[in-house]
Amino acid sequence: MKESVGNQSIVFEKPPAITGAASTVGPKEGEGPLASYFDEVCDDPTFGQDSWEKGESEMMRRTVEKAIKKSNVPKYDIKYIFGGDLNGQLIGTTFGLKDMNMPVFGLYGACSTCGESLSLAAMTVAAEYAKSAVAVTSSHYGSAEKQFRFPLEYGNQRPLSATWTVTGCGAFVVSSKSETVCPHITAVTTGKIVDYGIKDSFNMGACMAPAAADVIYQNFKDLNVRPDYYDKIITGDLGSIGKKILIDLLFEQGYDISHQHDDCGLMIYDNEAQDTHSGGSGCGCSASTLAGYILQNINSGKWGRVLFVPTGALLSTVSYNEGETIPGIAHAVVIEQK
Amino acid sequence: MNKNISNENYNKYVSEITPKHNCFANCIRAFIVGGVICTIGEGITCLMTDVFNYSKDDAGSYTSMILVLLSVILTGFNLYKKIAKWGGAGALVPITGFANSVASPTIEYQKEGEVFGKGVKIFTIAGPVILFGIFTSWLLGLIYWIVTL
Repeated sequence: MKESVGNQSIVFEKPPAITGAASTVGPKEGEGPLASYFDEVCDDPTFGQDSWEKGESEMMRRTVEKAIKKSNVPKYDIKYIFGGDLNGQLIGTTFGLKDMNMPVFGLYGACSTCGESLSLAAMTVAAEYAKSAVAVTSSHYGSAEKQFRFPLEYGNQRPLSATWTVTGCGAFVVSSKSETVCPHITAVTTGKIVDYGIKDSFNMGACMAPAAADVIYQNFKDLNVRPDYYDKIITGDLGSIGKKILIDLLFEQGYDISHQHDDCGLMIYDNEAQDTHSGGSGCGCSASTLAGYILQNINSGKWGRVLFVPTGALLSTVSYNEGETIPGIAHAVVIEQK
Repeated sequence: MNKNISNENYNKYVSEITPKHNCFANCIRAFIVGGVICTIGEGITCLMTDVFNYSKDDAGSYTSMILVLLSVILTGFNLYKKIAKWGGAGALVPITGFANSVASPTIEYQKEGEVFGKGVKIFTIAGPVILFGIFTSWLLGLIYWIVTL
């Protein structure tokens, strides 16, 4: 099998294994439908620290430790950590990983970072530059709201298209071989920055759906497959509006993914009961859902092959205030039980 | 993937499929919440003038201060946010909304220190209101002065 296929994809000749995965979430996610799938639900949104940011770092530290422990991979075999979060200058990752004493690549792909970190870890391991590597991604409702929107106690009405940033973290140990049967990353498709001219930061689903459509379309073309090749196509945090747009955009291109598609943002909360409007978002949304719910369903044999597509909206408060549009990006990762 | 839709048409399509709050229901809620806040204010003023014999001007000042205090306390307990979520502009326009917009960044940024946290960020939301409020009153004063020359 060829390693590099099409314009944007790699099909691994020796697919790297996800030998360990762990998820940690906050209290609101612990009240959601996926609560029983997470490794740890922490009732304290600051994780025993005195600020949102320190809490996020602590959440990341705990999750990475747990993923490494679950993988049974010795620490000296782990050569790199690919990590990212939503905070400016990646302070969540910095302070979460600084005591790990391991080489780190800090990544920012907005909410697509889980796909980016998994892709890079898989490529590094498949190319035999490391026996194992860790991919980790987190987001925190408090730190994200503070940075991108308003102080938490400020009273305002969120639009119905708004999403709720997930307090959560997912960490994955990606290894060149595994002792046991476990999910493998068999292919990746790296997304382009796609801009359809949306400027509304409270409608992230509409900003990101074209990027998701683009990368999924490219994955089908590069791998020469149809949607039914996958048991599930799971996007990161498009929410209810983004989901509809994605299905419509791909339908116009001749692909009907309505039977396979699901969205982590629509799984992690009960939108009606938890008042999360369009769904969950943040790079911890897709990461914790993958580490908790999706991988467990792959392990149990319920799903044989999943196309996992975390989606990111690329904006900052500066670009937004200067009137720029909000482009999207998405990265696709094919995960199969082997 | 070839883009089959122009940015303009995509924006139109997105706005068609995006659900919006019901404007009429929001107006009714804003009327109720704003009305309740103003009635409480009126009650405090009457109490001040009728029971404690304050002048109308003094009673007005005390009313504002008490409403601000109540709003700050409710903000501290994360309750004002719930009132504003339901009542919208009815909770944001009165002086209690202004107090909430000053108190909330103060709570949020206290971890970043007295000067660069609370000091710098306290008027993050209220700052433009203060600036343009003062500017507008200056402009109106200028017009008034010219008209009465």
